[in-house]
Amino acid sequence: MTATATINEPDMNTKDTAADLIVVDDLTVEFGDTTILKDISLLIGRGETVAIIGESGCGKTVLLKTLVGLIKPTRGTVSFDGRQLQRLSLAALTRTRRRFGFVFQNAALFDSMTIFDNVAFPLRQEKNVSADEIARRVMRHLSEVGLPSDVADKRPAELSGGMRKRVGLARALILQPELVVYDEPTTGLDPIMSDVINELILDTRRRYPVTSIVVTHDMHTTRKVADRALMLYPRARLEADEPQVLFDGPPSQLEHAEDRRVRQFVRGEAGERLDELTKHGNGSSGQAS
Amino acid sequence: MFAWRMLRWMFTRLPHRGTVLINFYHVGVLSLPVVALTGTFIGMVLAVQSYYQFHAIGLATHLGVVINTTLVRELGPVLAATMLAGRVGSAMAAVLGTMRVTEQIDALTTMGADPIHYLVVPRFLACILLIPALTIVADFMGIVGGYFYSVIILDIDHAAYLNHSREGVVGFDLFNGIFKSFFFGAIIAVVSCYQGFNCEAGAEGVGKAATSAFVYSFVLILAIDLFLNVVLNHIYFMLYPTGASIL
Repeated sequence: MTATATINEPDMNTKDTAADLIVVDDLTVEFGDTTILKDISLLIGRGETVAIIGESGCGKTVLLKTLVGLIKPTRGTVSFDGRQLQRLSLAALTRTRRRFGFVFQNAALFDSMTIFDNVAFPLRQEKNVSADEIARRVMRHLSEVGLPSDVADKRPAELSGGMRKRVGLARALILQPELVVYDEPTTGLDPIMSDVINELILDTRRRYPVTSIVVTHDMHTTRKVADRALMLYPRARLEADEPQVLFDGPPSQLEHAEDRRVRQFVRGEAGERLDELTKHGNGSSGQAS
Repeated sequence: MFAWRMLRWMFTRLPHRGTVLINFYHVGVLSLPVVALTGTFIGMVLAVQSYYQFHAIGLATHLGVVINTTLVRELGPVLAATMLAGRVGSAMAAVLGTMRVTEQIDALTTMGADPIHYLVVPRFLACILLIPALTIVADFMGIVGGYFYSVIILDIDHAAYLNHSREGVVGFDLFNGIFKSFFFGAIIAVVSCYQGFNCEAGAEGVGKAATSAFVYSFVLILAIDLFLNVVLNHIYFMLYPTGASIL
């Protein structure tokens, strides 16, 4: 599976049984005059765990949100299970979204609701799920992410960052999605809690037949959970004809990548970026990541 | 576009009862004291402001007609709407803005709930259905306040004041005020929710959304008020060709 692989135009309106769950074709996303993603093509196979890495501002989160239909691409297409997201009606898109689980960077729990109601929310959007069934599934998913049952009555503000992330994971998994996407799952957590989250991602893979996409700049997470890594580079710092995906392959090969920028990122070396930043007095990493 | 999407959702699927009731409580019940208080004060202020001119030309007992007509046609609905825009509109923009910034609106979408249907429709319904009630409260309290100040403090004859007041205000005046209030409620909900949904990042973005919600709502309320008054006055003169008189 490689980026910019030759993609035969898939029949977007019929389900295909091919191994690829997600097909991204020539994707470009612009916000106003700023190009965040340009001409990205990639295939993500069923059951894969893909880490999307790259520095802040390179468009990782934008790519992730475009894959699940939260951001509309300026050009190009995203297909999920053989159906092009942009061509779906609102009702069909809503049905498709229930097959995704999204774990947000800061959990994005509804702070007006209890933890129980947060985790139960996706289930309550479904028809014909009894209150008993909801209670049973919520408690099971909370215990699967290692949370005691007494957190159910608490509000998100009463929990620590790590606990909130785990509630976010429980909420994302409650509909047993086919695709789980994690936006910076370990950012802002201590090393122990980061590893707990890594283990939960692995545990989710073992427990359910999911495809996972993890956006991260944590190399430990990348090596531990992913079987494929994609490195994105900020569009603004690339030459016009350079591809934005600098690396696509197994995480173990990142250290030996041909591209110096990939090796520098993996080793955490500022290199010539330090000169650039100090010379210009500021960084360019403020834009959407 | 935003208003259109909201209207489409309003007629395609009813919102969840839980989301509607909590918004009715916030918009209606919690706004009641402040609207009642504002109405009372404005009634009294009108009495204070108008008394000397009316007293000078010997028409002090007709004060009630002016106070009540002004309240029912204009100040009641506009003040109730202003209080609602300040109290509820900016809070809506701040809450929705925070939800936007903390990705809670994205979370709703990914879980198969349309944010417009889930967040905006209940707020819109609460605003347009409860603002007429709040307007009536403002009108009533203003009339009571005006009466209290005129009769108890300015010592105007109570029977004459009531008699003149009764003749002065017609059903159309009340209709005029209530009719306008529906538009004001719709403006508050649509403008405030739109500002919240399009909030920029950070605490500053949320603050800006809340301020813009109030400022834009208020300016639009006054602009629509002018427009509706012109239209309603034409209708009024068709129904009552002799026009209004305080005598």
